[in-house]
Amino acid sequence: MKTLTHLEQLESESIHILREVVAEAETPVMLYSIGKDSAVMLHLARKAFYPSPPPFPLLHVDTTWKFQDMYRLRDRAAREAGMELIVYRNPEALARGINPFDHGALHTDIWKTEGLKQALDLHGFDVAFGGARRDEEKSRAKERIFSFRSANHRWDPKNQRPELWKLYNARKAKGESIRVFPISNWTELDIWQYIHLEGIEIVPLYFSAPRPTVVRDGLILMVDDERFPLQAGEEVIPRSIRFRTLGCYPLTGAVESTASTLPEIIQEMLLTTTSERQGRAIDHDQSASMEKKKQEGYF
Amino acid sequence: MNDPIYQTDDLIAQDIDAYLDRHRHKTMLRFITCGSVDDGKSTLIGRLLYDSKLIFEDHLAALEADSKRVGTQGQEIDFALLVDGLAAEREQGITIDVAYRFFATEKRKFIVADTPGHEQYTRNMVTGASTADLAVILIDARKGVLTQTRRHSYLAHLVGIRHLVLAINKMDLVDYDQAVFERIVADYRHFADRIGIGPFTAIPLSGLRGDNITRRSDAMPWYAGPALLEHLETVNLDADRMQEHPFRLAVQWVNRPNLDFRGFSGQIASGWVRPGDAVRVLPGGQTSTVTRIVTFDGDLDEARAGQSVTLTLADEIDCSRGQVIARADQPPEVADQFETTLVWMAGEPMLPGRPYLLKLATNVVTATVTDLKYQINVNTLTHEAAKTLGLNGIGVCNLSLDRALPFEPYTDNPDLGGFVLIDRLTSATVGAGMIHFALRRSHNIHWQAIEVNRAAHAALKHQQPRLLWFTGLSGSGKSTIANLVEKKLHALGRHTFLLDGDNVRHGLNRDLGFTEADRVENIRRVGEVARLMTDAGLIVLTAFISPFRSERRMVRQLLPDGEFIEIFIDTPLEVAEARDPKGLYRKARAGMLKNFTGIDSPYEAPEEPEIRIDTTRLSAEEAAEIIVQAMTT
Repeated sequence: MKTLTHLEQLESESIHILREVVAEAETPVMLYSIGKDSAVMLHLARKAFYPSPPPFPLLHVDTTWKFQDMYRLRDRAAREAGMELIVYRNPEALARGINPFDHGALHTDIWKTEGLKQALDLHGFDVAFGGARRDEEKSRAKERIFSFRSANHRWDPKNQRPELWKLYNARKAKGESIRVFPISNWTELDIWQYIHLEGIEIVPLYFSAPRPTVVRDGLILMVDDERFPLQAGEEVIPRSIRFRTLGCYPLTGAVESTASTLPEIIQEMLLTTTSERQGRAIDHDQSASMEKKKQEGYF
Repeated sequence: MNDPIYQTDDLIAQDIDAYLDRHRHKTMLRFITCGSVDDGKSTLIGRLLYDSKLIFEDHLAALEADSKRVGTQGQEIDFALLVDGLAAEREQGITIDVAYRFFATEKRKFIVADTPGHEQYTRNMVTGASTADLAVILIDARKGVLTQTRRHSYLAHLVGIRHLVLAINKMDLVDYDQAVFERIVADYRHFADRIGIGPFTAIPLSGLRGDNITRRSDAMPWYAGPALLEHLETVNLDADRMQEHPFRLAVQWVNRPNLDFRGFSGQIASGWVRPGDAVRVLPGGQTSTVTRIVTFDGDLDEARAGQSVTLTLADEIDCSRGQVIARADQPPEVADQFETTLVWMAGEPMLPGRPYLLKLATNVVTATVTDLKYQINVNTLTHEAAKTLGLNGIGVCNLSLDRALPFEPYTDNPDLGGFVLIDRLTSATVGAGMIHFALRRSHNIHWQAIEVNRAAHAALKHQQPRLLWFTGLSGSGKSTIANLVEKKLHALGRHTFLLDGDNVRHGLNRDLGFTEADRVENIRRVGEVARLMTDAGLIVLTAFISPFRSERRMVRQLLPDGEFIEIFIDTPLEVAEARDPKGLYRKARAGMLKNFTGIDSPYEAPEEPEIRIDTTRLSAEEAAEIIVQAMTT
């Protein structure tokens, strides 16, 4: 008798989910956002299908405003996994020059929410893997592993299928698509421990280093390129910072930190007192905002 | 609030590497909490999260604000608000779905399935319980064992949960009285014995005050057992039990990166496997030897229940998704008929005779309920006669599959004995079930070998048996046209027989009415009779509204390919209603006839009928001629 550890169980469950989708879906795709959760999900996919490469492409719905370090890792990670990388940028957002400085909430809406729908429709993907976890936010605690979306990508929380045992019903009604979350049952600590144990490469921005920063609306923002417009009285100051979550650089708050190794990051996380999504501007508006965004089609 | 806070171990600050090493070896327990809002369930879960320090400052700030605004605890923190999820539910003040929460201690990671206790949500509780090792049944110490306590316990037991914790909550409100606790335990013991629940663990506690949650409370010195969290940390895991069972792996996916490699990927349902082990592949029964256990991290010397692996075999045998690789000398049974317990999860009722898709392990097949033996009343636990199962209905029934599958009784191996039923049209998951055993006839009794077979019957009549299935609205002209077709075929020397409402409803189906369930049964019987007649070599004509696609498809599947001819008598509702030869539409419109097709019951037109007759353009005589032509050429 040898009991599986919690990470072995989580890994095995995720691999089982990935294989079920590949066995039952027609054209699956993996949404790859380059963050630590995506890194773990991609690593699990490589394990699930070894010695074959994962039999689906990676899709990055780009906003053109990610950190430079993220773009560098994205291209390398796809190459190492032997997978096709599809990068989609919403042409409307590109044409209208939608950006986080001038357009606020519209930025996420048009680049990400609309961009994702367009990319899925364009390529006819019927199942999209996403790296969301149930511990991230209250409305996600009730999210299924197989989450059904109507033809216009809306999520109806009242109309989701019961999921029993390990039996996932991947059959779609006409026009429906499925978002599948293989790491639903992982917590932030599980993710970090697994990255540490497995030696998974993550974006260097998770590790502390001196970086050029500006403090705005209580968030420490990193000046990642020359597109960052300084407001009156603002000054770029080097600070020792790192990120607990990664998104568009003008919307992602850093924390001051000296944690430069994985054990130090985990240590900091365990001793810290604020939740990881707090660094993201998107969730703050109202307590049910994530749920609203999901109904509209945001991952 | 001064309980030990689990994660701020000094070790985190002093030696993170040592801490991480210790946490590598944690195990995982999944449990479910059952009880209603009033029992303090959400408060208890909120308390576990809070005391294991999984509530961050920003969450806590939001919680404090919410508690003052909508909480039920005055100025105190309302832990229940932590776990009530979706906005709509928060407004209604109840949780209405399954939510999953996570927390961890030094020894274990926990996944809590939080499900509501309301009667109409049996479905959610069964869903949450299906993956749980343990159930915490909450009882309000002031109220004792209630109907819902029995219901939750029954459901947890039904789904095979082996560890039950009776959490007798709100002890603070009964002055921590030992007598109250013991009376409730004795009551529960009496009930548990009656339904076959073995040992259980009873813990007196207070979610609100934190007594006996993370550590033993000084308020109840008479209680010598563990605090809730201590118990959760040490109880045996179900996964360990499955390691002692013979090896089984349901193949999910065949891994073929190139011509030199053919691996079979899946999660091990039970037992152990090592290279060199003799295995048998079910249902085919071919044997081979395991050559490698392949993983991304290198080949393994052994693998055990719960692990996801890829196996290679020594021989090129037939093996694909849906098949089960098992220990050669102890393979699972293979059968196509079972007795099961079925939990119905859809608004549309379960109809015996209607074909559904059944997913068992990695197989999807067609299944029908052949016999609903009884329904179980979850409140009284009595057996009641029933013809259908409605939402949240639980019944014991026989299932017949369109092919034989490897399986095991659910109580032996949930991975090979638990299944879901899927609606063929909407693709929704409509039911979940647990296999008890295979029906004897499915693997022991073979069909009587008939010497004078259907080919011999047909040859004597010099004809190809057929079933001409006329479908269409009432008053569309089905019977008229079918009668004409039969006359013409008879004149041509064919042996025919016409089944219609008049000769069937008055005899064979005299006991059936017009509810959806009865309509399905009506068609099932007509289909079976028609099949016997085609076995006898006849050309059978049937004229029934037969409004549902799934029943017509069921009959089609009873017959050899090409013998079922679906003839759609396509008459628009307005036309049929204007004709109204029997005055039935008028009665239906007046509300005197219920469930009348086209009025208050749907008609699902055939998507690809063999023959379609547009009666707005053809006379009955012309229509009959077209059909006879199609039959004789």
